[in-house]
Amino acid sequence: MTATNEQGLQQIATIIERNQTLPGAMLPILHAIQNDLSFIPSNALPLIAKALNVSKAEVHGVISFYHHFRTEEPGAHVIEICRGESCQAMGSRALEENIKQNLSIDYHQTSKDRQYTLEPVYCLGNCACSPAIRIGDDIHGELDLQKFEQIIASLNTYSLELK
Amino acid sequence: MNHSPSDDSSMPVASRKIFVSLDTTARSRGSDKVAKQVESILNSQPELAATLVRNGSRGMFWLEPLLEINTPKGRVAYGPVKAQDVNDIITLQCFDDAIEHPLCLGLTEELPWFKSQQRLTFARVGIIDPIDVDDYISHGGFVGLTNAFAKTAQQLVDEVKDSGLRGRGGAAFPTGIKWQTVLNEPEQQKYIVCNADEGDSGTFADRMLMEGDPLVLVEGMIIAGLSVGADQGYIYLRSEYPQAHDILNKAINNAKAAGYLGHNICGTEHNFHLEVRLGAGAYICGEETSLLESLEGKRGLVRAKPPLPAIEGLFGQPTVVNNVISLASVPYILSHGGESYRDFGMGRSRGTLPIQLAGNIAQGGLVELAFGISLNELLQQYGNGCKSKRAMRSVQVGGPLGAYLPADQWDTALDYEEFASIGAVLGHGGIVVFDDTVDMAAQARFAMEFCEVESCGKCTPCRIGAVRGVEVIDKIINEKSNEQERQDSVDLLHDLCDTMEFGSLCAMGGMTPFPVRSALKYFPDDFLPQPSTQKAQ
Repeated sequence: MTATNEQGLQQIATIIERNQTLPGAMLPILHAIQNDLSFIPSNALPLIAKALNVSKAEVHGVISFYHHFRTEEPGAHVIEICRGESCQAMGSRALEENIKQNLSIDYHQTSKDRQYTLEPVYCLGNCACSPAIRIGDDIHGELDLQKFEQIIASLNTYSLELK
Repeated sequence: MNHSPSDDSSMPVASRKIFVSLDTTARSRGSDKVAKQVESILNSQPELAATLVRNGSRGMFWLEPLLEINTPKGRVAYGPVKAQDVNDIITLQCFDDAIEHPLCLGLTEELPWFKSQQRLTFARVGIIDPIDVDDYISHGGFVGLTNAFAKTAQQLVDEVKDSGLRGRGGAAFPTGIKWQTVLNEPEQQKYIVCNADEGDSGTFADRMLMEGDPLVLVEGMIIAGLSVGADQGYIYLRSEYPQAHDILNKAINNAKAAGYLGHNICGTEHNFHLEVRLGAGAYICGEETSLLESLEGKRGLVRAKPPLPAIEGLFGQPTVVNNVISLASVPYILSHGGESYRDFGMGRSRGTLPIQLAGNIAQGGLVELAFGISLNELLQQYGNGCKSKRAMRSVQVGGPLGAYLPADQWDTALDYEEFASIGAVLGHGGIVVFDDTVDMAAQARFAMEFCEVESCGKCTPCRIGAVRGVEVIDKIINEKSNEQERQDSVDLLHDLCDTMEFGSLCAMGGMTPFPVRSALKYFPDDFLPQPSTQKAQ
């Protein structure tokens, strides 16, 4: 697990203060931290544990149970590839191998240039237009390697757009 | 949103509206680009005096992005539309009776695929602006709730019992009986929990409903609250649905502002508070007790039953846990009467089922029909065969824990009992189609692998069984295994499936054997060594 700096800790303290009185506050707090910092830093654990009156082990147990939560900083773009049956019926098994090769990373890994993190996901609910992937909050369907490469290219070029 | 109720009142009756869906699948096919183009044209040509409405989807996904324009005869559909088509459609033809654009499909509601459906629960999906309370009300929304205020809690529960509604999440437990159990508990803090953790591959009905008509779910939950004496509701939504999350939150805020949520709703003595909580990518949290643990902020470990959640549920209090579609069917039942709902369907499966056509299917989407239609009719008449134009070989109904069915089983009627009688499940109504390139041994192996990844780990048959299941299937399909070794491994797999089926705490371990055994039973040749054939990767 990676720690965060003083500023990150400030953000975490604010999030905890805002959410800690909710019934079942654990997941809302973890989601808010990951939304703001892109991951859940190791030094957030004692703060959460204290606020919710549970042990650090319990916080760790919750984080490690859920696939969505991560404890390391991901790449600039998190790419989730759907592994569900519907996507398999439309060629996702070959596609996931192609994407791994294309990015030179496996699942749960981040590319060397820190641009991409690859994660498996089990269903994005886009099953009438399989295979699907999610990048950030955008869901793309009817994907093949060519379309994937176009999407990746568009991720990298939008900041250079000139008017 | 792009139009407000006040615009409506100041406009002529036939106010010009252009509809482009904001549904996740429509967006994945480019509806945002189309909407942006519509907006820019409307801005640059104010004389068109039209407004853009971002609606849910009609569920004909192969036609998305679908652009609809209201005309005196009804909405006219164009699709699939690209941004570059928009200008022609709008400026040249949209308000002209003689519509000759090549993408024009005619009146949306006259399209045979749509017209033949029985949309009760999805009546407004794809029609209204999802977060606009006034639009919801003008299409029959909150009639059920208004009727509910005039009834006692027991009368409400009786109405739901009369409807014959059974849980649409997959278990098909009678909703009215579940509610009665919660109502019978002494007065105390009670909860309504909506299970919106729609994790089964091939299912998207919950998502479509939450994106297309979230207020019907809100209304259903309020009625559930009145029925059992609960004043707090939670929607447990999967984190894989960012668009549904956004729309639900907006709809809830608007319902609150309009007095339908909070204290003294609609000026009555009743209170109902509603909040969306996000899951975090755990399939098992679709199991109701695991979901409750997760809502409480814990690891999503399955609880042993009894006690039932209806008696000791969220934070130990009596709790109704219902699927999105179950709750969203309640407003219809209260506005039209339980009997009207019960008139649809067959046998003990009453009402309608939103069926989802997915996977390798030419016309994928959502079909709401009364129970009783056969799989074949769905696959051919609605689905129009495989998207790959190859032969259809196998169909998985009811998600990753449902059986794989070969062609000679496709005359089975969609009915809970009919499916149970062939060792299959209807589940949440998802149908995933595979063509003849599928390797059914690989699908059986995946079922075990999925169980290994998603098992909560509490009970041994599921936690260990899934790992052993992958290993033993690998032995069966290993080309180096001899005939005896293969037969021994098949026997062992059956034995393991028995252990999982009868020894697991919940459906995760208990039903993983369904896809495995059905693959083995109906497609035994796929498990034989066949290096020369064209197996899918």
